[in-house]
Amino acid sequence: MNRTFSRRRDRLLVYQAMREEKIAFSRRTKCPFCGTESSDLEWNRRLWVCPRCSFHTPVGAYYRLANILDPGSFQELEEGLSPADPLSFPGYPAKLAGLEEETGLKDAAVAALGKIEGRKAVFAVLDSRFLMGSMGTAVGEKVTRAAEYAARKKLPLIIFSASGGARMQEGIFSLMQMAKTAAAIQRFQRGGGLYISCFTHPTTGGVTASFASLGDFLLSEPGALIGFAGPRVIEQTIKEQLPKGFQRAEYLLSHGFLDRIVPRSEWRAVLSQLLALHEKGGRI
Amino acid sequence: MSRYTPEEKVKLARNPGRPGAADFITALFTDFFEQRGDRLSGEDPSILGGIARFHGRPVTVVGHRKGKDLEENLRCNFGMPSPEGYRKAQRLMRQAEKFGRPIITFVDTPGAYPGKEAEERGQGEAIAQCLALMSALEVPVIAVITGEGNSGGALALAVANRVLMLEHAAYSVLSPEGFASILWKDAARAGEACGVMKLTAQDLRRGGIVQGVLREPEEGAHTDWEAVFRTVDAALVKELAALEKLKGPALAKQRYEMFRAMGQNMSLARREET
Repeated sequence: MNRTFSRRRDRLLVYQAMREEKIAFSRRTKCPFCGTESSDLEWNRRLWVCPRCSFHTPVGAYYRLANILDPGSFQELEEGLSPADPLSFPGYPAKLAGLEEETGLKDAAVAALGKIEGRKAVFAVLDSRFLMGSMGTAVGEKVTRAAEYAARKKLPLIIFSASGGARMQEGIFSLMQMAKTAAAIQRFQRGGGLYISCFTHPTTGGVTASFASLGDFLLSEPGALIGFAGPRVIEQTIKEQLPKGFQRAEYLLSHGFLDRIVPRSEWRAVLSQLLALHEKGGRI
Repeated sequence: MSRYTPEEKVKLARNPGRPGAADFITALFTDFFEQRGDRLSGEDPSILGGIARFHGRPVTVVGHRKGKDLEENLRCNFGMPSPEGYRKAQRLMRQAEKFGRPIITFVDTPGAYPGKEAEERGQGEAIAQCLALMSALEVPVIAVITGEGNSGGALALAVANRVLMLEHAAYSVLSPEGFASILWKDAARAGEACGVMKLTAQDLRRGGIVQGVLREPEEGAHTDWEAVFRTVDAALVKELAALEKLKGPALAKQRYEMFRAMGQNMSLARREET
């Protein structure tokens, strides 16, 4: 019985990943970084890492989960959570509705229960196709509930960030999500919970300055832009050009703000190792 | 409700003649002992902090510091802290918790400094750690937003049991200029942004973001400092008395739950697995 459901959920996940239109093989897509055109078949085989320059292009939340989780282990959490419009911001509800239609997401985050090599964990994945993965009340609430759920079930928490920061359309309420998520993570960690934070391109602003920087482990995909202020704002402020590679994952690694850079194809292996090392009693 | 428009309030909030953290400390506290440095790499004058007595009671006080003239402004980087400032604040707050001292913060910043070195030294991480630390402190924390409180740079000192706000102060996700340039690609529409952002004390009180609005003189805080000091002093005495009745874990719980509830109004289609 359980097996039937897990198979059904699996099919649904694949369907949702397909919906993200990453698997249309006849098309060719240009790398947003180096400009080289490759067939989508090749892109997909390389998990949307540029075959030429290895740029890790942003991918959808379901696609990412589908490529990381054990088959049959995906269970979405809090999928009914919808965004709110606390400022009654002109045009915002229509924009949300359009994006839901386009992406199949209600907002920019997906939370799920899943397994990697048989080890259970709670996942939250931000999706940059939805208003740059910005954090409004729904994203903040989903991340918070994922942390609370992980605390209740005594499971590790793994978050993939990709975000332009706080969502402007929800104003001060977005700012408060920084405090809310940071507080939930703090509580989870003080209770002994393992939190692995995975940065992906790009993660800036209020997400960098809250839950994403609080992991027991901070990992990143290669080349990801990670920062508080965006490079354009910094250049305008200091009135000079930033050095090449500034705010990229490799730069952060050398400045002491990451544990490791993980190519997209290695997430499963790396996460599996970390989860295994935190199993109660060890596996010796 | 107010005779000032949101745009006029933002101008008032930025008036350089308003009392700042240093002025509040001089007027409301005695025996102030400034603590400097983050014990990691540096000292950031744009965060002012130390210990002092408030009505005889030792407290830790931390605030954003802007300058009164160009020279001081340059030294304090116009009240835009770097990671060292936030890490100093963390150090002071941890120490306050160790000694059981209440914490009072004064918030007034255009935002955290968006500079090259600030990024290299982990501006985002420094702010995130402030938020996490403050959320769990087992001593009373009261924040007073005195001028402009913009973005994570302001919030980093405002995860408090009570967030109080001067009547014409502004508190927002980003400066109205930044907001307009992100949403409309036009910083010149900042005035319009002030209107939609709901950044006034009255709006924020209604939204449950701040818990108290403190009256200012008719023409703004810069016209009568003494009146402002009296108001802020009375509010701090009252809030502190209420908070000191709570034990440490209850203080952390109250603060957690207050922020936990912010923006939690969505459909609750909670589908738990087995």
